[in-house]
This record gives sequence, C-alpha cells and structure tokens, in this order.
Amino acid sequence: MSAVPISYYLVLSAILFGLGVIAFVFKRNIITIFMAIELMLNAVNLAFVAFARAHNQLDGLVFVFFVIVVAAAEAAVGLAIVITIAQNRQSLNIERVNLLKF
Amino acid sequence: MSVPFILFFVFAGIAVAGAVLLIVAREPIHSALSLILVMVSLAVLYLLLGAEFIAAVQIIVYAGAIMVLFVFVIMLLNAGVEERTDWSKLAKYAGLPLAGFLLIELAYWLARPAAGMTAALHAARGMGAAPTRALSEMLFRDYLFPFEATSILILIAILGALVLAKGDE
Repeated sequence: MSAVPISYYLVLSAILFGLGVIAFVFKRNIITIFMAIELMLNAVNLAFVAFARAHNQLDGLVFVFFVIVVAAAEAAVGLAIVITIAQNRQSLNIERVNLLKF
Repeated sequence: MSVPFILFFVFAGIAVAGAVLLIVAREPIHSALSLILVMVSLAVLYLLLGAEFIAAVQIIVYAGAIMVLFVFVIMLLNAGVEERTDWSKLAKYAGLPLAGFLLIELAYWLARPAAGMTAALHAARGMGAAPTRALSEMLFRDYLFPFEATSILILIAILGALVLAKGDE
C-alpha cells in the first residue's frame, strides 16, 4: 500500500496548519478568516489520519469524523454570525468590528 | 520513485499551492475556490492513507456542504475585493513570531525521521481489507455516546444559526 513515510504527511500537515495561522492573522475579511480556521482543521485532520495509519488504530479516523461534524456545526453558526455582522456594520472588514477591542 | 510517492508529492503540492493562493487572493470567492482545491487534494491523500470513508466524507461534507455554505454566504453578502488597511498590531508583532514557531515545528518533525521510519513500517502492514466496516463498528459501539452527543450539538447549531440569521423582526 502506501510506501510514503508518515512523517511526510505530518510535515505537510504542519505546513498547511502554519499557512492557516498566517492566513488567520493576516487576512482582513471575516469570511476569509473563517476559511483559515477551516484550513487549520483540515491540517489537524490530516495529522489524525496519518497517526491512525501509523499506529494501525481506527480511533483517529473516528476523531476525524467528529472534527468534521463539529466543523460543520461551527460553519453554520459562524456564517450566521458573519451575516449578522455584515448587516450591522455594512462591511466585511474585521477592522470595523472593534466594539470589544481594547 | 513509486506511484504512491508521485501521487503524494503531486497532491501535497496542490494542497500547499491552494493554501498559499488562499492567502494571496484578494477576492473571498477566489480564496473559497482555492480552499476547495486544498480539501479535494487532501481527500486524495486520505485515499492514499487507506481511509476511504474519511475521503468520501471529506468530499461530501467539507467540499460539498461546508464550502457551498461559504460560497453561498459570499454571494449573498456580495463580498468584493478585500480592503487593504495598514497591518494591525497583532499581525505585525504576532505574525512574525508565529511564522518562526511554524518553522521550528517543521524543523522538529524533519529532524526526527526515525519516528516516521518506524511508522512507515507499521503502515506497510496495512489496516485490513475493510476499514470502513471496522470504523462503523467502532463508531456505533465504542463511540456511541459521543456520536449521539454530536447529533444534539448539530441540533443546537441549527437553532443557533436560525436565531442569529433571522434578525430582530
């Protein structure tokens, strides 16, 4: 089957997670920031699957399933919040959402 | 160079390119499309790892449902080009240390190929003929309570989304 070492997958997962962090910090659009969170979740899922493969246990796959379910719920609520913010502020720029900013 | 290696490097490259495109793109819709690219190539990598069920769920739920929701919201809000403001203090002072942390993390994993080697030996044995069947047995026996709990979580998420999106009237 797969002859690719597991560490390759882990390095790819780390790269994707890092890019997700960079996108999360540097993007100014609320929806894009949300997508960066999804990217980080995907990177973690890849690490879960790789470790499940490495240890020959299926628990990691079950956890990926739960992560996907929680991500779906989070996307539904988060996008509803985004819609509310866009209606209230007439903008998707995160800089305009500064009511709680110190 | 065997076929799994070639497949891995091609789709890993596509995934990283999609993630970079997500950061570079100015229009949110371009970011969403590149994120779909990342998710589809990750599904191929899951297939390569022998997790067929997760690959199917990745395509159906992530690339299908969640990203359609994202694209739908982008269309609904008519999200245009991202406004360019001067970098926030958080981006300026936290971004660089975070990138450094990322590099340290990467170096840590790259410097320990031994862990990956033994893992590869494990992986060579394979997970058996039907991991999806074993996965379903595990999901509905060992993890039955978390499974039911996630259904309640989804119900609450539906209610929350309804209440938030409905507005005041």
